[in-house]
Amino acid sequence: MLAKCGMKSIDELYADVPEQLLLKRDYDVASEMSEKEVRDFFRDLDAKNKPLTCFAGQGFYHRYSPSAVNYILGRSEFLTAYTPYQPEISQGTLQYIFEYQSMMASLTGLEVSNASMYDGSTATAEALIMTVAASRKKKRVLVSATMLPHVIKVAQTYALNHGVEITVIDEENGVTSRSRISEELAKGDVAGVAVATPNRYGILEDYTGLADEVHGAKALLVMYANAADLGVIRTPGEWNADIAVGDAQSLGMPLNFGGPYLGYLCATKALMRKMPGRIVGATTDDMGQRVFVLTLQAREQHIRREKATSNICSNQGLMALYVSVYLSLLGPDGLRQLCMTGHAGAVKLSQMLVETGKVSLTYPDKPFLNEFLVTTTEPVDLIIERCVKAGVLPGVKVDDNHLLIAVTEMQTVDDYNKLCQLISNP
Amino acid sequence: MNRKFYSNLIFDLSRKGRKGYRLPDTGCGASLEGIPANLLRESAPELPEVDEPSVVRHFTNLSTNNFGVDTGFYPLGSCTMKYNPKINEEMAALPNMSALHPLTPAAAAQGALEAYFTLQELLCEIGGMSEFTLNPFAGAHGELTGLMVIRAYHRSRGDMKRDTVIVPDSAHGTNPASAAVAGLKVVEVKSLPDGTVDVEALKPLLNDRVAAMMMTNPNTLGIFETRIPEIAAMVHEAGGLMYYDGANINPLVGVTRPGDMGFDVMHINLHKTFSTPHGGGGPGSGPVGVRKGLEQFLPSPRVVKLDDGTFALDSPETSLGQVSNLLGNFAVELRALAYILSLGKEGLREVGPMATLAANYIKESLRDLYRLPVDRVCKHEFVFDGLADKSTGVTTLNVAKRLLDFGFHAPTIYFPLLFHESLMIEPTETENLDTLNDFIKVMRQIADEAANNPDLVKNAPHDTPVRHPDDTAAALTPRVTVADLKSNDL
Repeated sequence: MLAKCGMKSIDELYADVPEQLLLKRDYDVASEMSEKEVRDFFRDLDAKNKPLTCFAGQGFYHRYSPSAVNYILGRSEFLTAYTPYQPEISQGTLQYIFEYQSMMASLTGLEVSNASMYDGSTATAEALIMTVAASRKKKRVLVSATMLPHVIKVAQTYALNHGVEITVIDEENGVTSRSRISEELAKGDVAGVAVATPNRYGILEDYTGLADEVHGAKALLVMYANAADLGVIRTPGEWNADIAVGDAQSLGMPLNFGGPYLGYLCATKALMRKMPGRIVGATTDDMGQRVFVLTLQAREQHIRREKATSNICSNQGLMALYVSVYLSLLGPDGLRQLCMTGHAGAVKLSQMLVETGKVSLTYPDKPFLNEFLVTTTEPVDLIIERCVKAGVLPGVKVDDNHLLIAVTEMQTVDDYNKLCQLISNP
Repeated sequence: MNRKFYSNLIFDLSRKGRKGYRLPDTGCGASLEGIPANLLRESAPELPEVDEPSVVRHFTNLSTNNFGVDTGFYPLGSCTMKYNPKINEEMAALPNMSALHPLTPAAAAQGALEAYFTLQELLCEIGGMSEFTLNPFAGAHGELTGLMVIRAYHRSRGDMKRDTVIVPDSAHGTNPASAAVAGLKVVEVKSLPDGTVDVEALKPLLNDRVAAMMMTNPNTLGIFETRIPEIAAMVHEAGGLMYYDGANINPLVGVTRPGDMGFDVMHINLHKTFSTPHGGGGPGSGPVGVRKGLEQFLPSPRVVKLDDGTFALDSPETSLGQVSNLLGNFAVELRALAYILSLGKEGLREVGPMATLAANYIKESLRDLYRLPVDRVCKHEFVFDGLADKSTGVTTLNVAKRLLDFGFHAPTIYFPLLFHESLMIEPTETENLDTLNDFIKVMRQIADEAANNPDLVKNAPHDTPVRHPDDTAAALTPRVTVADLKSNDL
């Protein structure tokens, strides 16, 4: 090979690299490992994590991940492919993205979906930038304080750099202050408003009239939801939102300490050409077959460079396949039953916890799906520490005396009993 | 296998009442009691109703319409489609890692935090950087995060007017797009005919508005920017920082480091250089490294090692803020860690040279038949400007499509924009000589066909399940959901 290149040594391949830049030593890295040694290394790391019965949520939920989904995701035709730039040999990827888009559009009650974003927080940040771009002149957006904390933080990071002003709308009794939204909208400089359902405390907020008010101020409504919950809750489309965003982790994706998950972004047809990221569309080939291609690419970075709607290139492709397979297995009824199972469990656990006398529901008059906030008498840190020792993650700390507890199909009444005992017995 | 193109939609298989899933019995049943009707969805979502065997068959059949690295050679320039070792998949799916909730207290997640910290340290050594964050989800997300680091640095010095990023005209499209999302203006610097940055043209662009210069080295022609120390010194002199786009770092692994070249901030694509599978377009991972003095600006949270040897999360006030839900695509990071540990120092020092040798070997074997616009030693990739013989009318697109007939993925085409017929080839270090020779043979055959039977090439592909999709029709009447198909009769 070297001879073909007219060279005698490998070093000649780097003759153009200035001498002072060459490393001339091995990296300070351990020697190569066999598979067996790699496996031992990871087994030891794995053993340093403590398995816990998980009642933690706040946007991420312990759900059952079906074997068939993981089996399909392991198909290396899907796993080891790149972005489907060559449609002739990428119909597998293109079609599952099309199926994903169809399912997400129907789930959110909106008309179009892109091929995925990184996660719910970056999807929200990009949706807010979309509202600013669509307004042409306005630079300010409103974000409810009842959105998930990490979603607000990521949106603020993007906004600070992109030159978007975020006004956080206060909460009142666990829900978004509608009077504060009205006050801010009245100033006439708001491009978009973002709210969540359920919100950060698990509460299903009533957004009756909100979309009309937002649209009346010539702004767009962005609504965040965990994908699985959309099996039963009123959808962003039914609330008349313009953009729906959220995380699809709740559709059975392994928690994996934060990723990979999938951020979804759906919108009305009117906003389709303002959307970030890839979109797959149907067409025909010269044999008359229905086939799929990446479409409306004039929005994207590889064509439009600094004028693109976003910089996103790699997305969460394989996790869109996860969503397609998972939702195909569950179907509309399975997804509904899944949500109802979580809700029935959450109702039961909340009653059992209140009966211990150690905690109370923080917002007893507010409806919730599968996650609720409790006020504790004991400091939350102590509760978490005691529970973790006993193999239970009791929830997510909101502050010193508020604990957010989530229930899914993964915990049983026995687990509820154990949690109640741990909370009762300091 | 001889069969028709599989094109059923999962929705076509739907039959009322079928399902592929059984829910566990939690002991509490299922209900929606207590939720007011106006907070529930009015109509069921239009999801397919399918049994498990049909779901598995559908997606298995769909997979056979696809081409991956495990199917065949994938010389897609700038994408570094190397083989993805299978052990990495298993190491990313260990039970106590995959069940870990992102908000698990650090005491119960020590193994995961140690894995993250270990990879962070390894990347520092490979990049020649002081600290890394693994939180960004992909390469473009890393670019955005890196530019935010740079903005935070300038802000911390009260240097508020730096609003410009200099980007070479040969740069990846994500560079200018990331700059725009970061709220920065883009100024392009021209390339010389050999594709390297025109240092003379750079000089007048440097002023007190420049926040950073973004470069990839080797550049998108696969040419090493030999004047990089001088460029870095000039940008630093003007008060700007140097950003390294790590998309092209593969040929430098084991040879030289961005930190030593004068770069202050960099990202690296774990899904390119460190062999994590591309997944049909993700999930990737785009860790960002910084030189000494910039660590405090990295995004929150950070994984830190405490004096007692345990690991914890930290979110310092000086941080640029949060860019992702927590620690990025963690399971992708585990795969990259397994890959680096497998290679070790012995394997790592071979990565760059073997990738570079493979690229030069292909280039030298085809340069008589394809036009080589920059005649120099390349690194991991190189660019032909189409066929040498321009009289046949056969384009780069035709050549790319004809390659599909021979069971190869096409190279990157029509990028970089410096030439009309760019054909960008990156073989990577994981292909053996037989594969490279097979590819060379086919490329020579295509050149021969172009001369003697040009219509054969112009009408390619001939042997793929799908031929010549109508892109124009797709864009003219966007059909992006199954509901659109029903209303548009497709």
